[in-house]
Amino acid sequence: MNLEGKKALVTGASRGIGREIALELARCGADVVVNYAGNEQLAQEVVEEIRKLGKKSMAIRANVADSQEVEQMVKEAIDYLGGLHILVNNAGITRDQLIVRMKESEWDEVLDVNLKGVFLTTKAVTRQMMKQKQGRIINISSIVGASGNAGQANYVAAKSGIIGLTKTTAKELASRNITVNAVAPGFITTDMTSQLTEDVKNDLAKQIPLGRLGEPKDIAKTVAFLSSDNSSYITGQTIHVNGGMYM
Amino acid sequence: MSDVFERVKNIIVERLGVEDEKVTMEATFKDDLGADSLDVVELVMELEDEFGLQFSDEDSEKIVTVGDAVKYIESKL
Ligand SMILES: NC(=O)c1ccc[n+]([C@@H]2O[C@H](COP(=O)([O-])OP(=O)(O)OC[C@H]3O[C@@H](n4cnc5c(N)ncnc54)[C@H](OP(=O)(O)O)[C@@H]3O)[C@@H](O)[C@H]2O)c1
Repeated sequence: MNLEGKKALVTGASRGIGREIALELARCGADVVVNYAGNEQLAQEVVEEIRKLGKKSMAIRANVADSQEVEQMVKEAIDYLGGLHILVNNAGITRDQLIVRMKESEWDEVLDVNLKGVFLTTKAVTRQMMKQKQGRIINISSIVGASGNAGQANYVAAKSGIIGLTKTTAKELASRNITVNAVAPGFITTDMTSQLTEDVKNDLAKQIPLGRLGEPKDIAKTVAFLSSDNSSYITGQTIHVNGGMYM
Repeated sequence: MSDVFERVKNIIVERLGVEDEKVTMEATFKDDLGADSLDVVELVMELEDEFGLQFSDEDSEKIVTVGDAVKYIESKL
């Protein structure tokens, strides 16, 4: 995948899937701004790795649920990179709880970061991408956004919402050569899934036709494809990357 | 006609590819000049750059005719 000369912003890139996406885009030739919420040290490590690949990179702290912080981040990123072709909305959190026990604050927190955050960053980058008449927006949804999942009403609502938002953004911006797609990961080994015991993981693997949990790089390679010129006729789609766990 | 009008007109002619004489103060962007909603957003962005101003979202929504844009810009300069 060739992304030479492309400029990218990846939200939630200090750890897990976002970190691997940022590194993969850089390996393909892109300059990458690394967004994070609190883990400055980890974000800086990702920046250093990208710089070792000979690409420009800086870290920007911003809460994607805060419109002012998002606008400031996007402005800084565009100034630093000298443009912006690729936005990956990856930042996400979980606050799992059965609906009967779920607090309103838990619902709001997850919807604010996981869904409103995607809207805010998308809104903030469209002006630049419209001017360039070129852009790629990739939103990270989830397998459960399509299948539902007990104990994750807030998270599932946000991840399903991302799929509808992706289709609408794709329709609004298609005439300006901006494609918008979602990637829906299955079970990927990161901090988010590290609480699971080995037994649970083995059981999970048995439910997955390809027989293993996914790795961040499985998602990162798909995002790199959707960021590249090879995917120029794909928009408004949700690509499921889950080993066949949900079809 | 004001200098602002001339500058606005040049941008509209270039961006929408319409003839000079169609761009009057009364002309509406959508019906008379054939712009879609996104074209109007882009025009506003270009006008912001040209005149070094910021149109708020609420104000941009009220711009229907070329005259609306010209008067808005004149009120801010
Ligand atoms: N892991 C899976 O199995 C799986 C499956 C399906 C979908 N997903 C989705 O994939 C994405 C990444 O998941 P992950 O497993 O890599 O998560 P993770 O390891 O928990 O990392 C989350 C990342 O998001 C950042 N973040 C959290 N809240 C933020 C906020 N308000 N503003 C900006 N950044 C914020 C974190 O920054 P700090 O380090 O600074 O806290 C971190 O970089 C999420 O959208 C998740 O829902 C994951």
